[in-house]
Amino acid sequence: MSTPRPELVDVATAAVERARRVGATACDAVMIEVESSSTAVRLGEVETVKLSRERRLGLRCFVGQASAVASTADLAPGALDAFASQVVEMARAVAPDPVAGLPDPALLARDFPELEIADPAGLELSPEERVERARRCEAAALGADPRLVNSEGADFALSAAHVAYASSLGFAGSYRSTSYALSVAPVAAQDGSMQRDYWYDASRSLARLADPESIGRKAAERVLRRLGARPVATQQVPVVFDPQTAATLLSHLASAACGGALYRRASFLLDRIGQPIASALVTIVDDGRMPRGLASRPFDAEGVATRRNVVVEGGVLKSYLLDTYAARKLDLQTTGSAARSVGDVPGATPTNFHLAKGASTPEQVIASVERGLYVTGLSGFGVNGVTGDYSRGASGLWIENGELTHPVEEVTIAGNLLDMFRGIEMVADDLVFRSSIASPTVKIGRMTVAGR
Amino acid sequence: MKQQDDLAPQTFFFERFGLDAGTLEATLGSALARRADFADLYFEFRTVQSVALEEGLVKKTTHSVSQGVGVRVLAGEKTGYAYSDEVTAERLQLAAQHARQIAAADAATAAVDLRRGPGEPPHELYPVAPDALARPLPERIALLERVDRAARAYDPRITNVIASLSLEEKLVLVANSAGELVSDRQPLLRLQVSCIAEHGGRRHSGSFGGGGRVPFEFLVGDDERALAFAREAARQAVVAFDAVDTPAGQMTVVLGPGWPGVLLHEAVGHGLEGDFNRKGTSAFSKLMGERVASELCTVVDDGTLPSRRGSLNVDDEGTPTRRNVLIEKGRLVGYLQDRLNARLMGVAPTGNGRRESFMHYPMPRMTNTFMLAGEDDPEDIIRSVDRGLYAVSFGGGQVDITNGKFVFSASEAYLIEGGRIGAPVKDATLIGNGPDVLTRISRVGADLKLDEGVGVCGKDGQSVPVGVGLPTIRIDGLTVGGTQT
Repeated sequence: MSTPRPELVDVATAAVERARRVGATACDAVMIEVESSSTAVRLGEVETVKLSRERRLGLRCFVGQASAVASTADLAPGALDAFASQVVEMARAVAPDPVAGLPDPALLARDFPELEIADPAGLELSPEERVERARRCEAAALGADPRLVNSEGADFALSAAHVAYASSLGFAGSYRSTSYALSVAPVAAQDGSMQRDYWYDASRSLARLADPESIGRKAAERVLRRLGARPVATQQVPVVFDPQTAATLLSHLASAACGGALYRRASFLLDRIGQPIASALVTIVDDGRMPRGLASRPFDAEGVATRRNVVVEGGVLKSYLLDTYAARKLDLQTTGSAARSVGDVPGATPTNFHLAKGASTPEQVIASVERGLYVTGLSGFGVNGVTGDYSRGASGLWIENGELTHPVEEVTIAGNLLDMFRGIEMVADDLVFRSSIASPTVKIGRMTVAGR
Repeated sequence: MKQQDDLAPQTFFFERFGLDAGTLEATLGSALARRADFADLYFEFRTVQSVALEEGLVKKTTHSVSQGVGVRVLAGEKTGYAYSDEVTAERLQLAAQHARQIAAADAATAAVDLRRGPGEPPHELYPVAPDALARPLPERIALLERVDRAARAYDPRITNVIASLSLEEKLVLVANSAGELVSDRQPLLRLQVSCIAEHGGRRHSGSFGGGGRVPFEFLVGDDERALAFAREAARQAVVAFDAVDTPAGQMTVVLGPGWPGVLLHEAVGHGLEGDFNRKGTSAFSKLMGERVASELCTVVDDGTLPSRRGSLNVDDEGTPTRRNVLIEKGRLVGYLQDRLNARLMGVAPTGNGRRESFMHYPMPRMTNTFMLAGEDDPEDIIRSVDRGLYAVSFGGGQVDITNGKFVFSASEAYLIEGGRIGAPVKDATLIGNGPDVLTRISRVGADLKLDEGVGVCGKDGQSVPVGVGLPTIRIDGLTVGGTQT
């Protein structure tokens, strides 16, 4: 263990060279190293401390148009040779796929802009300071009101990742990133029933992470307002989604806009480029190079330069999110959206995918509703990406005459995603990037709420 | 990339990493060098081989090998956990030092003697030799090609078939400060088939699959089981063309047998996990001994069913699995426990301490969760409903442990009108309250069925394979999340 570790990009490059030597006609390699820690505090005491470190190499080899992928954590030089040979052997056993291959070399990243995604300073926080942040966050939550009687704890997590990619096109590059996240989940009780909710913040830099007390207070506010929740009668009403739940609508749209769903013909956005798929108030951007973005990176999982893709503009579908394979299947060009887990083939995913903010305040959006539901929580998997049919469990607050009244739970909301996006009547101005997919508050004109 | 041969898992780990019982004892001793209650080491070596076919072509073939060790120290309610994917005596020591940080300093080092405890699992639930699981890549591809053809032959509207086969073999070795040293070899096979159907400009999808801790033969035996999965996926895709809008609101719901058992998993299973109940954050906290279901309901979690996806010889803390009754004739009688929560609640572990991999610490988790059969004829149950919903296939579900509200999403359901099954309806989510929903069960069929073996349960970011099962049941009042008011 005393020998210095080779640079990640050198490991990836070495794997590519070995694969070429044992018969790969083309190949690429991903090497990752992630160190992370999470510190959880519950009711003021340390509950868990977890430290982890992972190093893994993924190798994809082509023999002509046939390919195979493998991953390993065994990085000894001797093991690497056998590993490369094995992947090439696997590729030889597979029939060729005429579309398979590495990206067009002209699209590979050449510039590596400073994306401000690594802040190693925060990694120096001592174990005691990590505990203290979680403790302060939970204390602020539980101290807010005597009805806050229990807790699922507060968690302070940090991680540092180093990603390298090399391919037989001659590309070799790497980047580092960090992330910091603080969350808390207090439990409130009243009249014999309990509610739990949470709040969090996440950032590339520790200095930009919200302070522990503000996260705690927000969590307390969110859980307290759920006490006494009840179902409402089944009816069709306007529905307002808070930024967290609105972001889940965007994630469903993003999945349908990604290459894999499209070339499999399993997307409700198939064949809709140039068509209105949302109200004119909707502009959606996926920006892989947003400064400090939680999903920003200089190049994608095929070495292609990342970029800012306008997906929807004024309600019209402008672009899909594509990796090389899906792009070739669809007769289009990759949008630099490839991602991959180390041992898998690349596939398109959204990066910093967001709905551009509108002009109204969230208060104005709520005030515009005579009777309707303000959704703050969603649950379940009732989203059909092929048809867009949507039906999920919901909780939140009932709106009466433009004001929030009693909390609501044990209801569902249902519709179709295309109708829902077309039915967006207001977009608020409260866009904040707490996760890579983000949205301001939105109002949809009409959905079915099912309850009692 | 040498395949592990038929070595006993313990010998395999010792040889591969140059370890011996002395190294493990020294590591455990170091982990306990502060004031701790318990320490354990979890070694894992896992290979996963997968092939996916789309449009009749192999879209990917992968092989992954992962290996590592997790070191855990427990002190009071505290858990310290560290892992390494390099398994050397030096790394083990370092992980032990990290993990013990949660414990107060100043204790004498406890000596650990691994020869004291029992060594072998008490049962052999999945005796699958490595070469009975893995098959050469061409043979696996050939099976998927037949799956593809079978799905397309079912109906001309099937335009694409996505079939994937995953073969996993996991070797585990658990050593703990109680002197136990236990190992296991855990095979896992899964075939998943998704079909896209197109007709008149509309598209629908259907998916189905199966597997378990079974040999490859499972797929080709029993009259070509894999092809039956393919035809079922195709059937689900085309039946959706006839689907009408789903009614919205509360109504009588009949659940078909098998996979709809996901109801139990969400509505009661998670709420009965020991951690939530020790902390008092579950809607089921303080309900032990109380009536939480109709008298017709007995619900068990059984990790000892031979060959099932959710079964284990020993859990991921080395505790033998067993059959745990959770609800007996409507009364809550049992929680699911791992070591930590069992010790803190003053009860015995139930063999439910599970983890996703060496990168994760164990938590109380389900294995195979199902309701025992009742006496009713399933057709009688449907005939007993004047207006309602008959749901036979489900996607995923989710539960809020604290307020008990759960959802699960029907992917194939039909209207019931005048005691007869009517038109299929669009996908819809069903929502209810965990401690309340089973009290509304008025009929339980004699047709208990377990699922086909594709279930995955997620909790705190950790996924583990599980099973569910259910006879046909009638629920008098569940909210259906349709669009028709």
